[in-house]
Amino acid sequence: MKLVTAVVKPFRIEEVRAALETFGVHGMTVTEASGYGRQKGHTEVYRGAEYTVDLVPKARIEVLVDDIDADDVVEVVVKSAQTGRIGDGKVWVTPVETVVRVRTGERGTDAL
Amino acid sequence: MELNAGDTAWVLASAALVLLMTPGLAFFYGGMVRVKSVLNMLMMSFITIGIVSVLWVLFGFSVAFGNTGNGFWGGLSDIGLGEAINRLAVNGGEYPIPMLAFAMFQLMFAVITPALISGAIAERARFLGWAVFVAVWVTIVYFPVAHWVFDFGGIDPLGQGPGWLAKLGVLDFAGGTAVHINAGAAGLALAIVLGRRIGWRRDPMRPHNLPLVMIGAALLWFGWFGFNAGSALGATQLAAVAFTNTMVATSAAVLGWLAVERVRDGRPTSLGAASGAVAGLVAITPACAFLAPWAAVLLGLVAGAVCALAVGLKFRFGFDDSLDVVAVHLVGGIVGCLYLGFFATTRVNEAGSDGLFYGGGLSLLGKQATGAFSVFAYSFLIALALGTAIKAVPGLGFRVSEEDEVTGIDLAEHAESGYDFLGSSGSSQHSSAAPGARVPDHEEVSA
Repeated sequence: MKLVTAVVKPFRIEEVRAALETFGVHGMTVTEASGYGRQKGHTEVYRGAEYTVDLVPKARIEVLVDDIDADDVVEVVVKSAQTGRIGDGKVWVTPVETVVRVRTGERGTDAL
Repeated sequence: MELNAGDTAWVLASAALVLLMTPGLAFFYGGMVRVKSVLNMLMMSFITIGIVSVLWVLFGFSVAFGNTGNGFWGGLSDIGLGEAINRLAVNGGEYPIPMLAFAMFQLMFAVITPALISGAIAERARFLGWAVFVAVWVTIVYFPVAHWVFDFGGIDPLGQGPGWLAKLGVLDFAGGTAVHINAGAAGLALAIVLGRRIGWRRDPMRPHNLPLVMIGAALLWFGWFGFNAGSALGATQLAAVAFTNTMVATSAAVLGWLAVERVRDGRPTSLGAASGAVAGLVAITPACAFLAPWAAVLLGLVAGAVCALAVGLKFRFGFDDSLDVVAVHLVGGIVGCLYLGFFATTRVNEAGSDGLFYGGGLSLLGKQATGAFSVFAYSFLIALALGTAIKAVPGLGFRVSEEDEVTGIDLAEHAESGYDFLGSSGSSQHSSAAPGARVPDHEEVSA
């Protein structure tokens, strides 16, 4: 099994979720995140004082998938999150040793 | 003279309106600090309500408005307020309202003035040190200065023991000098005494909750009608003039501040709109019953723009007046106070004077400058000395430790956090109020 993690622009989150749903992914975890890559931060002005805010709001999506689906899920996320502008985010895949469904105790791919 | 129900109703309602300004100020300030300091910011205002109200009954009203003192203080004839019961208010003549209504109305001014100072030392002042400062500062600065400016003496106008600035003819209808210059000067002194916050100019210190700032500004604006129009001490034509000028000057100041932001920073901000409103309210405070409404609009525009530009001063001079008490209250107060020297007119208020543009020459401007400078110098020097003394007292101190400041003053001084969005901070409950008592769980409560 693999864990697909994507950090994307928050306003794309609904597109990504819908695309994953269509693909057949039935569960995911979404968290608010903040960070920056090449995009860097932005400036905000309060009473004339300019602040450089390094960390930009991002959405972090985590999906557990079967090994054979990992590449396709990555593809789905990239396509649905892409705007072509700087700051679109990253997607990465990590191996997962085991997964347990808490309610039933099922393990492995049965738990996905 | 008979008691007048309409006048009394308006002054009592105004007193309640002015009280609301202090919690409003607490929200205005509270939204501007970081998440870790919001409760302390609110508490600095709330403790002020408690301390000053008690001192006011004990001796504050007497020091400010007693009639056995001299030009500098009112004496101790009215301590305890017991003598005020069943009497009519007297302040350079008799008013058909209870003395106690007048005393409570004036109390609210004494409450908000030290609360205004708190913004200058946000996020780093020890709570006990602040409480001691408030108690001593109102006693030796606010109460006497209120006498200087607001006490017009006994039944004979300017007859028995009026304040020296009132006698001089300084125009300050609702507290440009006694409240705003006074608080602004003390704020400047304390910002210097306490020093900058850790990370000032390095770390972003953004307002954590701008909607709270807007709510605070809205409550201040609402309450300020009591502050200014209530200062007529009756439901009179003059109250309506003050009300009108308060409304239009504040609106113009919002526009003035936002115009500066649009040109200087590119975008008009919500913080700028809220700040502009407060700057306008400050500037119109001394002037609200002496100006034609069109002149109030001009004053608002000027005050909004000048205060918006003045917020940069702290960076130039390197003092961390965290929430711009100096730029808004000191500068705004001075603008409104001096503006009267040009635009005040006896056509609006016979009890006032004519400024330069109404044939009064430079005489009024000179008096206004004297008033502004005297209050500034007195408040600044006393606050500087008092703050330094509190800082030096062992076991008291005025600044939290470095660790507490970085971790957050709310936890260090109050053992509370402002927000718990997740409700999952892993807490368990112990009751110190009833040791050993079992705390009922949810099921028991709902059953």
